[in-house]
Amino acid sequence: MNVIEFTFLVWTGSLVAGFLGALTGLGGGVVLVPLLTLFFKVDLRYAIGASLVSVIATSSGSAAAYVKEGFSNIRIGMFLEIATTIGALLGAFLTAKVPASALAIIFGVVLLYSAYVSRRTRPRTETPEPPDPLATKLKMNGTFPDTSGIRNYNVYRVPAGFGVMFGAGAISGLLGIGSGALKVVAMDQAMKIPFKVSTTTSNFMIGVTAAASAGVYLSRGYIDPGLAMPVMLGVLIGSLMGTRVLVKTQTKLLRLVFSTVIVLLGLEMVLKGLRGGF
Amino acid sequence: MRSRNVDEQKLEGLIANLLRAGVVLAAFVVLSGAVMYLGFHPRAHADYRTFHGEPDSLKTVHGVVRYAFSGHAMGIMQLGLLLLIATPIARVISSAAVFAVEGDRMYLLFTLLVLAVLLYSLFGSSLFV
Repeated sequence: MNVIEFTFLVWTGSLVAGFLGALTGLGGGVVLVPLLTLFFKVDLRYAIGASLVSVIATSSGSAAAYVKEGFSNIRIGMFLEIATTIGALLGAFLTAKVPASALAIIFGVVLLYSAYVSRRTRPRTETPEPPDPLATKLKMNGTFPDTSGIRNYNVYRVPAGFGVMFGAGAISGLLGIGSGALKVVAMDQAMKIPFKVSTTTSNFMIGVTAAASAGVYLSRGYIDPGLAMPVMLGVLIGSLMGTRVLVKTQTKLLRLVFSTVIVLLGLEMVLKGLRGGF
Repeated sequence: MRSRNVDEQKLEGLIANLLRAGVVLAAFVVLSGAVMYLGFHPRAHADYRTFHGEPDSLKTVHGVVRYAFSGHAMGIMQLGLLLLIATPIARVISSAAVFAVEGDRMYLLFTLLVLAVLLYSLFGSSLFV
């Protein structure tokens, strides 16, 4: 394949991935690495580098919209970013130490997990608890605009959330993905943050987390401009289009289709990794 | 307390616009590099099957800036990607400013800690590769 054909095909694939990722809320990053490695035969390290760059683009692009709506909680985000950025730095250093086939297997498992999380309905027990003293001390309790006016919320189990966030950061740095699914689990399940606040705060944290591993990737030579260029431009345009359409379409069927694709890609990554194909 | 929160929201809105501007600028620089890259070597062979790493001129902030300003397509695209990486860093710096203005020392400290990790990754990590 020559450079023009390759660039065009990778750009188109990334555009579709970004579009579906934004539309379904599953993120485009998770399918990019399998797309590049399984279909375009790109080396796993180059694929991870290009994917990470596109994660920053979509996060920064969409975080802007959410901050204006007053959903994301800057203090929760900043505090948890201490965990995610240190985790990401560690993960990025580990990428060079872990064999490519093992990375592919971990990647596959994370894909399967993301699909599982997206299919599960969240059992929310709304039993009122007294405010957590640590969360109060950290000034994390906040408000967000709801259909019925301004709603107050409290934050719980800060250390548990901080721990899961460290893990989410490490996975993000190891695999070059946003690991939004894990971030939402930490905030939604452990810290009991309302879903709207946790998803938007997670989105705003993803870019900062990814930037923490980007420097390591750059100095290791994982970021190739010829490959990252079509990936970044494709995902950025695709996800912007996805966010626009988001409000108008019924996404239930699409979510089902996309999470099925994620499961299949996850299985293929695991199997190919087990065969030592990376 | 209430009015300070309103100010905080306003400032965050301003930062949000800066973020978006950063992404647009980065995309524009990447695109200009792409036009040169595709225009000069359209028939070159694209092969990413094996990992070779990147040359030094594309691996450090200093190297990328110098390579880009000497007019190389690869360097210009990489500079655009660096601008993209810098966008969340700029965001953290602005948050530090917000907390400093509010006199929130605890969160200023948290923010500076995050900033230190980010700057270490970009400038310091190459020392230990």
